[in-house]
Amino acid sequence: MNIHEYQAKEMFREFGVNVLEGVHCKSVDEAVEAYDSLESEIVAVKSQIHAGGRGKGILYDTDSGEEVMKGGVKIAFSREDVQEFSKNICGNRLVTKQTGPSGKIVTNMYVESGCDIDHEFYLAILVDRDRKSVLVMASTEGGVDIEEVAAVTPEAIHKIWADPSTGLAMDECESLSRSLGITGDSAKELTNMLQSLYRMFLEMDCSMIEINPLVRTRDGTMIALDAKVSLDENANFRHPWREEVRDLSEEEDVEIRANDLGLSYVKLDGNIGCLVNGAGLAMASMDVIKLYGGEPANFLDIGGGATLESITAAFQIILEDENVEGILVNIFGGIIRCDMVARSVIEASKDIGLEVPLVVRFSGTNHEEGKAILDGSDISIHTVSSLSEGARKIVECIGGGN
Amino acid sequence: MAIWVDDDSKILIQGITGKQGTFHGTRMLRYNTNVVGGVTPGKGGQKIDLEGNVIPVFNTMGEAVSHTGADVSAIYVPARFAAEAIHEAAEAFNENGGGLIVCITEGIPTLDMIKAVDKVKQYDGVRLIGPNCPGIISPGDDGGCKVGIMPAFIHKKGRIGIVSKSGTLTYEAVAQTMSVDEGQTTCVGIGGDPVSGTGFIDCLEAFENDPETVAVVMIGEIGGSAEEDAAEWVKENMSKPVVGFVAGSTAPPGKRMGHAGAIISGGKGTASEKFVAFERAGIYVARDPSEIGRVLVEALTDAGLRES
Repeated sequence: MNIHEYQAKEMFREFGVNVLEGVHCKSVDEAVEAYDSLESEIVAVKSQIHAGGRGKGILYDTDSGEEVMKGGVKIAFSREDVQEFSKNICGNRLVTKQTGPSGKIVTNMYVESGCDIDHEFYLAILVDRDRKSVLVMASTEGGVDIEEVAAVTPEAIHKIWADPSTGLAMDECESLSRSLGITGDSAKELTNMLQSLYRMFLEMDCSMIEINPLVRTRDGTMIALDAKVSLDENANFRHPWREEVRDLSEEEDVEIRANDLGLSYVKLDGNIGCLVNGAGLAMASMDVIKLYGGEPANFLDIGGGATLESITAAFQIILEDENVEGILVNIFGGIIRCDMVARSVIEASKDIGLEVPLVVRFSGTNHEEGKAILDGSDISIHTVSSLSEGARKIVECIGGGN
Repeated sequence: MAIWVDDDSKILIQGITGKQGTFHGTRMLRYNTNVVGGVTPGKGGQKIDLEGNVIPVFNTMGEAVSHTGADVSAIYVPARFAAEAIHEAAEAFNENGGGLIVCITEGIPTLDMIKAVDKVKQYDGVRLIGPNCPGIISPGDDGGCKVGIMPAFIHKKGRIGIVSKSGTLTYEAVAQTMSVDEGQTTCVGIGGDPVSGTGFIDCLEAFENDPETVAVVMIGEIGGSAEEDAAEWVKENMSKPVVGFVAGSTAPPGKRMGHAGAIISGGKGTASEKFVAFERAGIYVARDPSEIGRVLVEALTDAGLRES
């Protein structure tokens, strides 16, 4: 789960991480009011969406689709600037390289004081899967994509790891400062900032904190100029406050509904819907459809606790996607019994008037009973016994493939 | 022989009186798995009847291990208590000659797992499999040792080792070995979380050292670099043939595909990179899981272990 920059910075303040003064706004009037209250000649007017690349994004008019402004983050030198920029941002569609072509409608803005930048750094705290510990990664090249830095100048990236029981060692933080060429009071500030961020990472159950750029100002102060925070959803149970910072407009509506039903769904661009039990098998089903010349329309794992209700809902969710021309059901029965799934498939297809071709592959627990139920029903279902056979069949049914 | 669990393993079930613990405990017993006790805090001293098998319940893992001499524990407790259950099991086994912890639970916070894995690492004789996994099974002559939630009936004792990040895809791999009339020594589901205990390399090493295992099927998925590291290890150390598949070739970047760890981030962790690593390491690659059986026969034939 991601949160907005303004929310992340609020969290930073709580944990004593240096940020500039700023105000969260939802309208042009609020933005202008914020400018007046900040008493800073220069301010940044920042679009608040979860995707990155906002600075280089383009804003389009939501109704006409015409380009309104280049840049979702603008530096304003006057009250008039703030008015103009916020008008161009608020309610319009921001397209960045991370949003995809449809972009995101911006409803939140953040108006923030300016500062005198001496150097921009990159800082991130995340989970290192290989070392099984928390990693702090920093670079002297701030303001650009870390992936780019990693590819072009990997020597600019420096890393330290936290010990799971003793935390982030002070001397490690100091050595990280040295590697980045940060000295004197700035180095002390960075060490304190790292300690605070690590404490926040643990207490808030983060999965990533990214500050790009982290800046050193001309007077040597270290400031988090940007803030991107992702939270580990597995820890939601101990953070009830998260419901309040969650921005549902940033999530795909259908993915939220699927999730509430115990389904795991991700929409893709193809035309063959998939209904599968297990995440790995669901991915493999998509892969094999593609292998035989088709294009999967979705990832869908019905999970180990699927019921008639959730399977019906799964069909409905798949069919909401107008591109879907056929569906492959692939079940390897373990705890789930194929006969139960078969009965659910029949009920669901009658319930929702399923019209697209349906190919069902059963294996594992009660697969023979499941197949018999489907074969004996009056609806048109192709039953197959292997995944590749199923993929080939559904591709053939919709008249595609190679 | 098999790896880590066999007919002689003595199993405890943490969370035995819970719905999941009872349901799966019963199925483990049906497979003739030697379940010797269970743990549920506050219910110590009681007995639970699982289809006529009367199993003692203990308050703590310490008591359970010292009373039963168990060397394996299956954890079926809810996510919020699971990491604590791992800590408790690790301490209990450490004080009683070591043991294997198999954590089935899904949805444990990552930071909890970092601490739990660190704890287990401090104890030489203690191993953790999972979390968020189907468990481990070593088919025997009459049933076998099943520690987890996999459907037992699809397995048969044999000479192929299987290791996988995914649940149902492991079953698919098992079915594929059966389709070419090969059984399994041991099947290990290592789980799809970003931070977990036993990894691919641990399993490969154990299979390499197991005299009964002649070949290994390894099933990976997008996210992280465990598959690449495993491929490197295979290239350097493995004398037995390995057949590999990676799920998620069609997964879009930046989207979590069901498993918490299955995500392509920053362009890293793609299936194509992993397949390339597999091929470079001389791993027999199946691009379609339905081909695993055929590719396995090819691998066994090349190694002179089977007539084609």
